[in-house]
Amino acid sequence: MASPEDLIAPKPPQLFEARRKIFPKAVRGSYRNLKWAIMAVTLAIYYITPWLRWDRGPYAPDQAVLVDIANRRFFMFAIEIWPHEFYYVAGLLIMAAIGLFLVTSSVGRAWCGYACPQTVWTDLFLHVERLIDGDRNAQIRLQKAPLGPSKIAKRVTKHAIWLAIALLTGGAWVFYFADAPTLARYIVIGQGPTVAYATIALLTATTYVLGGLMREQFCIYACPWPRIQGAMLDEKSLLVTYKYWRGEPRTHGLKRAAPAARQPETDKGAAPMPGVPSLVALAANPELAPKIGDCIDCNACVAVCPTGIDIREGAQIGCITCGLCIDACDEVMDRLDRPRRLIGYSTIADEQAAGEGRAPEHPMKRLFRPRAIAYFLIWASIGLAMLFALGTRSRLDLSVSQNRNPVYVRLSDGSIRNTFTLKVRNMQSRPREVEVSIEGLPGGALWSEGGAREGAANSLRLSVPADKVTKLRLFVAAPSDGPPRSDLTFRVRALDAEGGEDTHQIHFERPETGR
Amino acid sequence: MAEQRVDEKTGTRTVGHEWDGIEELDTPMPRWWLYTFYATIIFALGYVVAYPAWPLVHDATRGVLGWSSRGEYAREVAAEGVRRSAVREELARIPIERLPENSKLFEAAVAGGASAFKVHCVQCHGSGAAGSKGYPNLNDDDWLWGGDLKMLVATITNGIRQPGNDATHVSMMPAFGRDQLLKSDEIEDVASYVRIVSGQEKPSASAQRGAALFATNCAVCHGANAKGSRELGAPNLTDKIWLYGGDRESLVQTITNSRGGVMPAWGTRLDPVTIKMLAAYVHSLGGGEAIVPQPSPSPTEAAPAPSANGKP
Ligand code: SF4
Ligand code: SF4
Repeated sequence: MASPEDLIAPKPPQLFEARRKIFPKAVRGSYRNLKWAIMAVTLAIYYITPWLRWDRGPYAPDQAVLVDIANRRFFMFAIEIWPHEFYYVAGLLIMAAIGLFLVTSSVGRAWCGYACPQTVWTDLFLHVERLIDGDRNAQIRLQKAPLGPSKIAKRVTKHAIWLAIALLTGGAWVFYFADAPTLARYIVIGQGPTVAYATIALLTATTYVLGGLMREQFCIYACPWPRIQGAMLDEKSLLVTYKYWRGEPRTHGLKRAAPAARQPETDKGAAPMPGVPSLVALAANPELAPKIGDCIDCNACVAVCPTGIDIREGAQIGCITCGLCIDACDEVMDRLDRPRRLIGYSTIADEQAAGEGRAPEHPMKRLFRPRAIAYFLIWASIGLAMLFALGTRSRLDLSVSQNRNPVYVRLSDGSIRNTFTLKVRNMQSRPREVEVSIEGLPGGALWSEGGAREGAANSLRLSVPADKVTKLRLFVAAPSDGPPRSDLTFRVRALDAEGGEDTHQIHFERPETGR
Repeated sequence: MAEQRVDEKTGTRTVGHEWDGIEELDTPMPRWWLYTFYATIIFALGYVVAYPAWPLVHDATRGVLGWSSRGEYAREVAAEGVRRSAVREELARIPIERLPENSKLFEAAVAGGASAFKVHCVQCHGSGAAGSKGYPNLNDDDWLWGGDLKMLVATITNGIRQPGNDATHVSMMPAFGRDQLLKSDEIEDVASYVRIVSGQEKPSASAQRGAALFATNCAVCHGANAKGSRELGAPNLTDKIWLYGGDRESLVQTITNSRGGVMPAWGTRLDPVTIKMLAAYVHSLGGGEAIVPQPSPSPTEAAPAPSANGKP
């Protein structure tokens, strides 16, 4: 708050502000429990996933989730994604983004409050801090205390544990990119790849700095998401709100007790102040009592806030809607024997309605509004399309390109030869025998580089190694009497029991004049 | 500029911008942001000292680390040379006729040959080796002198019609018109005959006369059946490929004035390994022929084999 002098003669503006360190207080309650649960689940997913195994046979890795950069493969349980199928990953990312829109438009910044890694790890680091330094008051005292052996010991322990957590976090990440047990062994005996150590070092540093040191500063100053979210929230999105109409005017506990103890006899001799009804008058007519809000200004909600803000000032960028202030205030309300949820999840529209004495909208109506339904439909259709594509995709893939320099070659017998480069992808984890053939080219014959035209037929066999792309150059010759450009179809067909095939349409080019 | 004032609620100055009733607060940045900014300045200063950074009139500051992009490039080129030397040595050792057995080495040779081709050969044969009139298309299956690896090496090494090179391909077609060996109507007759053997024309009286003339004048080199001779570089006249055109006008021109392309003897300019790579590349274009063991030595085999123990 500006002091009156400031308003008259403003101090020169300060360009940079020192950090205001905050000491969030521990709290108990339903949202805190939800946060515990989500933290446990997300951390478990993160740490355990790379260690899950999935049997893919002798030619492919048996790690359930693996980003195999060297071989450019992405394995996820039964699904294997090749680089040319990267649209599945793109689809997942788009789904994640739209899912975030959906969540945000319906339940506000739930991502920020519960699932964002910055939130989860900051929360973890805060608990460690409380374990070592004690709760809020002890932390503040310790902060002010001169540097002595006990303070040093506490500080060193705290940062050591933080660094250990950071190291484990950074360490867990690399296991997604290589066989986890093997890599773990190499890393421990000091023979891991440099890039693994570098990644671990980098992620350790970022986890320590972001989760331990920067905390809410990252959310407020560096994260773009709150800014984007601001544009996606509207008056019907769920926010953590302080109910002005119920809480104001704030009253301290003592003041609050006074009206309750109000007795006409105690009013003896009190000269009525102008504009303030005397207690006698009040007893006669309670309607005249000044309105007393439920908020006792105990600041419990501010003390527990991990971003150090006062929710009673209204919706603001610093609020990650974690709900901890709800738990804190509920506890206060319980003690005062007042109804809970002076602070609670609510929408701006509902708050306005409640302030005007109208009933809030039904929560279901808020959840299933057109915007949310539209997001959901987009999200679900992308998901269904991807599932469909995944279910029907062939594990044998052919792509053909034509060599264009020169486009065609006249052979000595007058026929015309085109040259094509074929890529046959065997996406199965076992070697396969396939047959490549051409269709739609009368009199056409194909032979491969290194083969002879004498043996040319309209198909040839080859074996493609497991999980590999085979590249081959094919020559196709056909009589010169044909249109300058005729359609030609290459077909690759697996010769084993499982079968499967793929085709590629391309042109066969001849000179304009048949000569 | 609008007036600057202090926002009552927050105690922060406004920057003076007002837009639709919304004012911008001059909120201070966090201090660590400032320190980060200082750190970047210090980094930049260090960078300027360590690396070439400051342009001078004819030069630039060198930087105390002595790094330069040119030096980096030279290092990379040298490293690449070292990396390739193993393959080059292997290529130098292997006789060209054994090269196809080693598919990896052959592939490497084709890749190397493709880039050497881009430097030395595209001027005549075109970037895709498709040639043009007078410059053979190396993609097809028609070879004047032979299209197996051995012959390709010999041809590239010694060139075609290079004076002073004993192993070069020589042969010259007489200029039947210019040297008055044939009269112009006789030349027309020969052209008619050639167009019949190549399937471009229907039999005619002129062609009949041409057949007799062909037998006496041309069959020496092109053979009685007009299928040509590789030993002499005499083209096969019955196929569909014409280096100088198979239409009547071009044929009359050819018979009248003769033809004879030349190609440099690359053995004087390129090392044997590069020539092997070029041969592999040309062979891979689709017209490469298998080496047929020949019982009697042909004139070109008298040439010193440049492939086996190449000079540096
Ligand atoms: S915790 Fe509740 S009662 Fe206490 S200051 Fe916050 S809103 Fe008011
Ligand atoms: S104001 Fe409440 S909900 Fe918002 S961040 Fe702080 S504690 Fe969480």
